[in-house]
Amino acid sequence: MEEESLANRITAPKEILDEFAEMAEEENVDPFAETKLKNQIAHRESDYQKRRHLINREVGVSSDPFNQGEGEEGESGYQLAMRLNHLEREEQRVKRLIEQKQQADEDEDKMKLDGDKTPPATARAPASEEMEVEPAVPKKKRRWDIAEPKDDTKKADSGEWSEQALEEAAAPKKRRSRWDATPADVAATGDAPKKSRWDQAPTAGPVSIITTTPISFTGTMAVPGAPFILTGNVDVDKHNRYLTDDELDAVLPSTGYVIVTPPEGYVSAQPARRLAASTLTPMQTGFHMQEDSDAAAAAAAAGLAPELPTEIPGVGSLAFFKQEDATYFSKILKEEDESELSVDELKERKIMRLLLKIKNGTPPVRKTALRQITDKAREFGAGPLFDKILPLLMERTLEDQERHLLVKVIDRVLYKLDDLVRPYVHKILVVIEPLLIDEDYYARVEGREIISNLSKAAGLAHMISTMRPDIDHVDEYVRNTTARAFSVVASALGIPSLLPFLKAVCRSKKSWQARHTGIRIVQQIAIMMGCAVLPHLRNLVDCIAHGLQDEQQKVRTMTALGLAALAEAAAPYGIESFDNVLKPLWIGIRQHRGKALAAFLKAIGFIIPLMDPEYASYYTKEVTVILIREFQSSDEEMKKIVLKVVKQCAATEGVTPQYIKEDILPEFFKAFWVRRMALDRRNYKQVVETTVELAQKAGVSEIVGRIVNDLKDESEPYRKMVMETITKVVASLGASDIDERLEVRLIDGIIYSFQEQTTEDQVMLDGFGTVVNAFGIRVKPYLTQIVSTILWRLNNKSAKVRQQAADLTSRLAVVIKQCGEDQLLSKLGVVLFEQLGEEYPDTLGSIIAAEGAIANVVGMTQMQPPVKDLLPRMTPILRNRHEKVQEASINLIGRIADRGAEYVPAREWMRICFELLDLLRAHKKGIRRAAVNSFGYIAKSLGPQDVLSVLLTNLRVQERQSRVCSAVAIAIVAETCGPFTCIPAILSEYRTAELNVRTGCLKALSFVFEYVGPQSAFYVDSVVTLLEDALTDRDLVHRQTASTIVKHIALGVAGLGCEDSMMHLLNLVWPNCFETSPHVIGAVMDAVEAMRVTLGPGVLLNYTLQGLFHPARKVREVYWRVYNALYLGAAHSLVPFYPDLSELSDDRNVYDRHPLQMFI
Amino acid sequence: MSSELRYTATTQTEHLHARYTGTGHADVTKYEWLTHQHRDTCATIIGQPTLASYLAIADGESIGRIKFEMTERMLQPCGPPPAKDDD
Repeated sequence: MEEESLANRITAPKEILDEFAEMAEEENVDPFAETKLKNQIAHRESDYQKRRHLINREVGVSSDPFNQGEGEEGESGYQLAMRLNHLEREEQRVKRLIEQKQQADEDEDKMKLDGDKTPPATARAPASEEMEVEPAVPKKKRRWDIAEPKDDTKKADSGEWSEQALEEAAAPKKRRSRWDATPADVAATGDAPKKSRWDQAPTAGPVSIITTTPISFTGTMAVPGAPFILTGNVDVDKHNRYLTDDELDAVLPSTGYVIVTPPEGYVSAQPARRLAASTLTPMQTGFHMQEDSDAAAAAAAAGLAPELPTEIPGVGSLAFFKQEDATYFSKILKEEDESELSVDELKERKIMRLLLKIKNGTPPVRKTALRQITDKAREFGAGPLFDKILPLLMERTLEDQERHLLVKVIDRVLYKLDDLVRPYVHKILVVIEPLLIDEDYYARVEGREIISNLSKAAGLAHMISTMRPDIDHVDEYVRNTTARAFSVVASALGIPSLLPFLKAVCRSKKSWQARHTGIRIVQQIAIMMGCAVLPHLRNLVDCIAHGLQDEQQKVRTMTALGLAALAEAAAPYGIESFDNVLKPLWIGIRQHRGKALAAFLKAIGFIIPLMDPEYASYYTKEVTVILIREFQSSDEEMKKIVLKVVKQCAATEGVTPQYIKEDILPEFFKAFWVRRMALDRRNYKQVVETTVELAQKAGVSEIVGRIVNDLKDESEPYRKMVMETITKVVASLGASDIDERLEVRLIDGIIYSFQEQTTEDQVMLDGFGTVVNAFGIRVKPYLTQIVSTILWRLNNKSAKVRQQAADLTSRLAVVIKQCGEDQLLSKLGVVLFEQLGEEYPDTLGSIIAAEGAIANVVGMTQMQPPVKDLLPRMTPILRNRHEKVQEASINLIGRIADRGAEYVPAREWMRICFELLDLLRAHKKGIRRAAVNSFGYIAKSLGPQDVLSVLLTNLRVQERQSRVCSAVAIAIVAETCGPFTCIPAILSEYRTAELNVRTGCLKALSFVFEYVGPQSAFYVDSVVTLLEDALTDRDLVHRQTASTIVKHIALGVAGLGCEDSMMHLLNLVWPNCFETSPHVIGAVMDAVEAMRVTLGPGVLLNYTLQGLFHPARKVREVYWRVYNALYLGAAHSLVPFYPDLSELSDDRNVYDRHPLQMFI
Repeated sequence: MSSELRYTATTQTEHLHARYTGTGHADVTKYEWLTHQHRDTCATIIGQPTLASYLAIADGESIGRIKFEMTERMLQPCGPPPAKDDD
């Protein structure tokens, strides 16, 4: 017994074991369920965003205030809406009171309960039943548990969803682990008796459900008598949909229990949306196919996925079809006799088909459907359209793509419907507003777009009257999204039109919520519109100014935030608009504490930079006292704001260095330059930024002197923070301000912290490089020490350390040379050379780069090791496939080929040429470019023949990229060694009867003529025959490339007297102008345009005149295109060439150009 | 070639060209085309002092008068547009 309990103690809790066992026997685990869920928007929403599902806006406010009729412009509708709003608020309040009372009662009950485990009589029935069923039919327990709470929830209504309950529910929604779920819930609600058997009933429910279905159960459990446990949002998936009574009857034994009626006054917590959705379908539970056969019912009961249709009558095949879609589209899923349907019903089905096509169809299907729905929008009418679209958008399993498409539909339809949309404005807003706070940028933009179009269609008055009730909605979520929507309306219809309304709202006496929202609207306007608020700045500021003295703290805070946003948007203008608020703001910082103070400080931080220097100085002094007091604050948010304000104050002109040095710096360093600040990434960044800003005023030595000793601090993150600050300060202000004593301490500290780092960090490397480079030759006395550190680290065991040492070498090379320490460089060069056998590619890349940096500063002649030793060592390294190694080596080799090719035997260079061909296949463009350039350098030193033959042979390879690069390389060789060295070789290579080679030759020629420009004049006649052949080839690509060559030649030889051959070439190019392939026609048109330059527009005009009025439209179109290009290029020059068309004159029109017929 | 390119590569330049006055298209009438030619001629004469002075000498008018007349001529240089009944 003793042993057993001990064993129990060390194993996992029983629930976990049970769950694993159940998972093991799970047959139908859907491995994609997780990823499927991830696509859903609802799945990644934060708790706050999820509130949109929980707030029931459809019931009260959201009812269309224009329902009574379009005629009486809102008056009664608006009143109604307001009244409903008020009613709802009252209702919520009463509900909350009742709930509190109930909870208090329960607490009492719990006290009573704790002693014995028997639930009170009223609550006993379901629990006792469960106990009966459980042992007898263990397999069915789960199912029964699913059923019971769901049956309850079905009857619930949204009334239970008080704000309080929601907040309780919010926390557990995120959790992923299943077994601890319910206990956590209970703990969260905090008032449920843990021990009571009664309370474990709901526990069993969700747990077992979830184990059968990987998709998290999100239904709302409301068990009578117990505080309900909310496990998340209602997810209408096939696995956790509500079971019908029929299904329950089929599953459960018919005897042995009774169905208990729910207690009086019980309402289930089912949200109204669910009810709305189910009204679409006759079946309460949505789509199921098992109705007719018992086998299917059994399969469905076992959780097997029913066959989903992919072919819908009248829609065709779809890309996918989800279970949830069946609920919405049930009417079109079955074949119906359409002749029996009314016109409205037919219309409805038509809309549904189009929507289904748009939502689930393949792109072409979607496109046509979208066009149809747009075209017929007015025919369908706003009502039927939005009745179908909006519920779909509220679906919880909606995915990004679907939402995007549906939003697109709304957008298109809005344009068409215009003012017909009015009655649906609120409904659309309810659906679209959540997009404004979506984490996805594009969703936010889409949301803005829709609301902006909506407001343009519905008009300002209607938008205001529709959204007015939401401004003081009980729920903060609604107010927040409404404020954002209002700001969009303001940007769409202009701020001035909304100003009177804003003024009224911000002064609302009825509720502080309205004032709060009004001010928030202004804040959002500022954030969204940026500097566009400037013309209305004064009005906006005056609108919210009084909020600083509001009796509600939230309003005051929001006002300060709004002012901050306005000042930020207006910067650097508009200080005069803030005159009225300066006093209350500065008084406010003395009166407030905590959050409100933070907001006030934020506003001040943004306003100070707008001020004139002397005012800025005065006001900064005023605020500094508070800032310094708040330096001590332990609140993270406050710290951040304080740092930001200090930064902003320090940056303004009026604040003197003297003041910063004396009044701010001592306290600042005491409060923020402590090890603790280095641990939090965001604080770290803020502190560094602020210090750098202070340094701009206070000077390098002031700041560096204060922190330099901390380079030897024992905490590494702190050392890093110091290093980063010093780096940034020195990089922006230089090191000339640093005196000798400080210099010694600084270099010493840097070397120390560089050596002591445990994780090799870019920060240390950058710091070292920046500081040493800033010192320049002043660093000479320390070089020996530094280089010995590098040498030591180059031989370190860790690859990272070696890499960092090599990187440091490349940064220091220039400075070492400046200091005249050539022997140190040679030493480093030799050691690096010995390290070329490095096996870690990253490290090897750095070593090669360092060697290259040394070679750069030393020069090829003095280089140690000598170039003739270095280069052969590099040849095998070129084969390394690592990008960094490739790039570093090709740079080094190119440099050697450029500067010191003569030190290396020709045979070695040829070997390198072959290796370079492989580099032409590199992914990185920089590598390919460096390789191609290297060919040029090598050809220059070796003579072009060998390199050229290597490159021409490479035109035979299969790979296109490699051929293209070879062609470019040939052109570069031609450029560096003269075209006469290459063109004969290319011409003879063109005779090869291989397509790739011929195209390659043409391409090479095209690059050659592009690079050599006017020199082309000497070679035109030699390539004409080749071009004749290519331009009359059957192959399109030949003609295209040949046209490109013609273009380059024509541009090159303009004005050099090659008109005869160019005219010949034009005659060969011209017939290609009817090509349709875009690349070919592009090349041909370019060639024709280039001919305009060489031959003059008159010649070209004569060519085009042949077809401008050709009977065939196809011909006319092409000729007019040529004519237009010609006309735009040389309109004036065409004047003398226009044909004399005086014979066309009639009695009405005279076509003589008389001025041109005059002569002296 | 991809259909994408076919639609963009050439149509874009065409759109661009169509934005300028004086360019034409497959359905331009002779009246329109010639009107543009005449206007271009006038503009060239106004814009090139040598041409303007040449005409002034030939006409026996001042250069300013020639320029003014050319400017005036640009409005319906070939007379009123033909009646639209043919299409």
